[in-house]
Order: sequence, then structure tokens, then C-alpha cells
Amino acid sequence: MSTKSRRKGPSRRSFLKGGAALAGTAIGSGAITGFPTLWAQNIKDVTLRQFGTGVSNLNAIADKVKSDLGFTLAMTALDSDAITQRAVTQPKSFDIADIEYWICKKVFPTGGLQPMDVKKIKYFDKIVPIFVTGKLTPESVIAQGTAPHTVSFVESPEAKAFAKQPTQWMTLIPTIYNADTLGIRPDLVGRPISNWKDLLDPAFKGKASILNIPSIGIMDAAMVCESAGLWKYADKGNMSKEEIDKTMGVLTEAKKAGQFRAFWKSFDESVNLMASGEVIIQSMWSPAVAAVRSKGIPCVYQPLKEGYRAWGGGLGIAKHLSGLELDCAYEYINWYLSGWCGAYLNRQGYYSAVLDTAKEFMSPEEWAFWMEGKPAAADILSPEGKVMEKAGAVRDGGAFVERMGAVACWNSVMDEDRYMIKKWNEFIAA
Amino acid sequence: MSTAVIAVPKRRRFRLGAIAPYLQAMPLGLVLAVFLVIPILTIVIVSFWDYDSVQIYPDFLFTNYIDLLTSQVTWKTYLNTIKYAVLVWLFTLVIGFTVAYFVAFHVKSATAQMALFLICTIPFLTSNIIRMISWIPFLGRNGILNQALQGIGVTDQPLEFLLFSDFSVILTFVYLYAQFMVVPIFNSMMRIDRNLIEAARDGGASGFQTLVNVIIPLTKSGILIGTIFVVTLVMGDFITVRLMSGGQSASVGLMIANEISLLQYPAAAANAVVLLIIVLLMVAAMLRVVDIRKEL
Repeated sequence: MSTKSRRKGPSRRSFLKGGAALAGTAIGSGAITGFPTLWAQNIKDVTLRQFGTGVSNLNAIADKVKSDLGFTLAMTALDSDAITQRAVTQPKSFDIADIEYWICKKVFPTGGLQPMDVKKIKYFDKIVPIFVTGKLTPESVIAQGTAPHTVSFVESPEAKAFAKQPTQWMTLIPTIYNADTLGIRPDLVGRPISNWKDLLDPAFKGKASILNIPSIGIMDAAMVCESAGLWKYADKGNMSKEEIDKTMGVLTEAKKAGQFRAFWKSFDESVNLMASGEVIIQSMWSPAVAAVRSKGIPCVYQPLKEGYRAWGGGLGIAKHLSGLELDCAYEYINWYLSGWCGAYLNRQGYYSAVLDTAKEFMSPEEWAFWMEGKPAAADILSPEGKVMEKAGAVRDGGAFVERMGAVACWNSVMDEDRYMIKKWNEFIAA
Repeated sequence: MSTAVIAVPKRRRFRLGAIAPYLQAMPLGLVLAVFLVIPILTIVIVSFWDYDSVQIYPDFLFTNYIDLLTSQVTWKTYLNTIKYAVLVWLFTLVIGFTVAYFVAFHVKSATAQMALFLICTIPFLTSNIIRMISWIPFLGRNGILNQALQGIGVTDQPLEFLLFSDFSVILTFVYLYAQFMVVPIFNSMMRIDRNLIEAARDGGASGFQTLVNVIIPLTKSGILIGTIFVVTLVMGDFITVRLMSGGQSASVGLMIANEISLLQYPAAAANAVVLLIIVLLMVAAMLRVVDIRKEL
């Protein structure tokens, strides 16, 4: 497929560019939205291979790309570890990488991705500032950990080191992000939960769980330690060896005391643990909470005093992409930010990178419920049309600004990564 | 091949005859070389390389082995894995032997024997993983077993140790691998000359004496083959341990899987080499106890 599209002459190339510019003006005038700006006969022969986590690699998106843009998007959903491996070891096996920002810190320096020219990103100026300057509002404090803006830019198309300031070259275009906290079974915990330290409350002995992805699990553990007043970290996302030892010491002690029922590694595992009542309090992801609720089992994504641990994902373009395929990739990214997709993701409880465009694709009731934290004026439907929340319900954690404004740290890769993983393995074997 | 041999002149046929056995063995040899020897050599080579969190660097270092062998975690994990292997071996042996004995000696009709033997294999029509995870809802805190126990008044609290414990790991292993004991033991039992058992009985041996002095020695080869299957499978497993212990227990296989998922390929390779050596030593030790060629 890809070889076919590479077999084209310079004349067609310039024709394409002209076409794109023309269509661009049309869209810029506001007359048309959601249509491709690339007019090419052979665009339908193009297949872009995308891989990423299950949260955003959805068939609905691939179908919509086919109908809106004309080319094919082949999606593969993998877990975070597999994504890192694939991006590093098989950079030719994909065209678009949908990776998380903390993974970007590991992956980008290996040279599998090419930086994107922000001049070709139509909605660049409208991207939520967390991803550009690190601040949600001008007053915000930048959260700890691998904050997305620290790995968002490089100095030049060839650079592999991240730039400190926004530049013309962007590593990932943000697509989806959220603020995570603990999931609880309100019917079984028997008391209000308001702090991270409640995870290690002996009252929940044998009924707690934490996730077994070291880079993320240790951040949850750090939130717990800080909440329990054991000590304060200079940067939870970049601990010293001593801090790692202390944090893992607390976890190991809790494990030996029988605090944990299990450690989960995949989305489904966390859902099953919660739904079956094996676990009543655990670190969890918002769609997993939604999945438990959709089984008719009460489950709450509990906002906590110390704030959230956030994560974000973005689209990167593979190094080997060029010509028509590269144009298609930009086309796809611009489409991604143009609203339909953002609305789709917002409706699942995640957040999209460009809010203004997503708003146009959502009803005022939906927008008020998901983004403004107001009680639902009507039943809230999932993107598939199933009732998710009855009228009157309020979203956990409230409005977008409240949630994303209360991020305490981002998922991260530490300088002492190797040491941390060694300690984590000791913890699991303890 | 044979037509080619006939077609060539006499002198050359002689030479070809000399290498013919090698030619015949070549296809298998090539397959083994490409899919077994070369990968293992690669693993051995990579185990001496250096790495950081994103890349591996060709080198010749012993760090991976030193890190591995001087770490307490490694020893604990190996002990834990061997504990699983020994316990699973013991249970599968008892179950496998009993089942095979029943089918081979108590069931008289050959048709019934075959039918029962086939029934033993029915669970294998489903995938390993599905058979494994179906234990989770069965053993869980609010699972079928706990509800049944509480329902009939045996316990008043759910038994927590049933799931996400060494108990559930070993139970699942035994369930998954008992068949690997049944088949070879049944096979060697079927070869036992029935006249020997009759002779033992005529000689005044009790049932137990016949079992110990006739049947067990003659099924040694089957027991050994089953043992090799079970021990190597348990030593290398990671998914059963991860799922059934709820990620709370470690095994060597799981340690390797974790290292691979964190891109620590050289460390994983060193670990794999050590595991391979240990398993080979275990198999070699078993083969010393039973001369399998003689027995077969």
C-alpha cells in the first residue's frame, strides 16, 4: 500500500500542495468543516498504521477518518509497555504513534519519530496551554513529574533533545488526557474517602489494590506517602534513590501486612477486581470506573484533597513518513483537533486538546455536564448512545478547570528509572 | 532422493551413500539451527550487552550476570519458582498416577479405556488462559465456592486464601498440567505385560507389593517424561503466576517478562540463560535417575 503511494512524480506533488492550499482557504473561511483539504485521486490507497493504548485507539475514529478524509487508518491497541517497546525497536512498523507523554521522554530520543511543523497545525494556537507552556491558567503552578510541555518541543527537525521553550517543532500533538485518582466502591468502604492515604488504611486490609506499572504505581505511592505526612518530595516525578527506597519501603510494609488483594496491570483486570468486590479501593482509570458502573455496580472516581495524578497522550509521526503519506498524517492530525474527535473523547470523560472545536460538536447540556461540572440537564449518553448518567447527575471532580487545575503530578520517567524498576521488582517479589 | 541416488554412476553413488544420512538429517538440522540454536546463541550474546532505559549497546560485560546473581530478589524468586515446581510435580504425580492406574488396570474393556482417556483430554479443547481465568470467579471472595461454603454453614466468613495466593497458583498449575502426567504414565502402564501382574499375584504378592515392586518400576519412564513436562512448564510460566497470584507473587518467568516489558533485554537475556542452565541441569539429573532409553 505504502509503496504505491510513494510512486508519484513532482508534478502531482505540487498539484497536491496547491489543492491543499486552496481547500485550506475554503476551510479558513468557515464555509466548510470536516472535509479533507487534500484532494488526490490516490488518497484512498493510503493506509496509515497507528498504534497506541486502548483508550484512544477506537474503531469509531478509524471509521470516521475513512468517511471524512478518504484514507484508511489501521489501528492497533497495545498496553503502555508494548507501545514503548514497539516504538523503540520497530520504528518502521507504524506511521502514527499514539503515545503517552511520559513514554515520549523515553521514545523520542531514540529517533523513531519526526518533529511536526506547528505551522502546518491549524489549531495549534487553540491547544490547551498545559501542553505548550505547562500552565492551565496564567496563575497555575506547573505540576511535578514529566509535565507534557517539557517533552513537547525540540529545537530543530533533527534535534533529539527537548527544548525548554515552545518552538516551531512539536514532538507530539496532544489528543487525550485526564486526571486520575482512586476508584472506590461507596457501598463497601463504609465511610467518606477524601485523601490518598486512605488507600493504606488498615480498615481496607486485603481489599486495596495498586497498579503494577512501575512508573505510574510509584507516583500513586508517592501521593499516598505525602498525604500520610511521611515526607515531602522535591519532585515526585523525579525521586532520588533515597526517596525511592523510602516510598517502596512503605509499599513493601503494607504488602507484607496484607493490605493489598492484588496488583493489576490491565484495564480489564482493574474492572474485574472492583466489580467482583475483591477490591473496594484502588488506583484506577476513569473509563474503568465507567465500565464498573455500566454493570450496575456503584463505583466512584473519588476526588481527593491532595489533587490528581495526570496523564496525557499525543500523536507522533514516524520518521520514515514522507510525501503523500506525510500530508495525510498532517491532514489526520488537523482533523483530530477539528472537533468531532474531541467531542467523542470528551463524552467518554476524557479531555480533548482543543476545547473550542469540540464544543461545537457537543450539545449545550453535554458541554455543561462534562466540561463545566454542572448537573446533567438531560440523560447523558455515551458516544455509542447508551445512557451513562441520568439527568441530575454531576461529574466526579467537577469542571475541567477544577480537575485539570488540581493536578499534583504527571506520570513520569525518572533519572533513576533503572534503580526504581529494580526496587519495584523487589517489592513484587517481597 | 532415492531416484537421484539410482541415477548417478557407481563411484559417485558410493560417496553419496556416505553422506546420505546427513542429507536425510539435514532438513531437521536446519530447522533446529534456525529456530533453536541461533536464537539461543543470540540470547547468550545479548546477555553480555549493556543497556539503559531506551537502548541496548553491543559490549562484553558481566554486569547483567553479577546484578542477577548477587541480588536477593533473584534467589528468592528462584526459590519460589522451585517451590511451585516441586509442589505441582508432587500433586500432578499423585493425581496423574491414580488416574492412569484406574484407567489402565481397573477398567477392563479396551473401548471404555479409550473413551475415558479421551474424556481426560476434553478440557484441552479450550484455551489455556480461559481455563485459567475461569478459576477467578469460582475462588473469589464472593465466588461460587465461598458462597457454597457459607451456604452450607461450613464457614461464616469468606475464605480469603482461595484466590490471589500460592494456593490458587498451585491449584491452577495442577489443573492445567495434570494431563501431562496422565498421558505418559498411562502410556507406559499399557505396555506392562499383564502376565507379570498375574505372576506377582500367583507368587503371593499383595496388591500394594505388586504396585511398588512391579508397576511403579515399569512406569518409571512415563513418570519421568511427565515430570520433565511439568517441571519445565512450571519453571518457565509467567502468566499463571501473574493472574492467579494477582500479581503478588514472583516467578522467574514473570521476572523475565517484566524485564522485557521494560526494555531491559540484556538483563532478561542473562536471566533466561541462567534459567535455561538450571532447567537443563534438572532434566539431566532426572535422566541420570532413570535411563530413559533403556526403559523405552
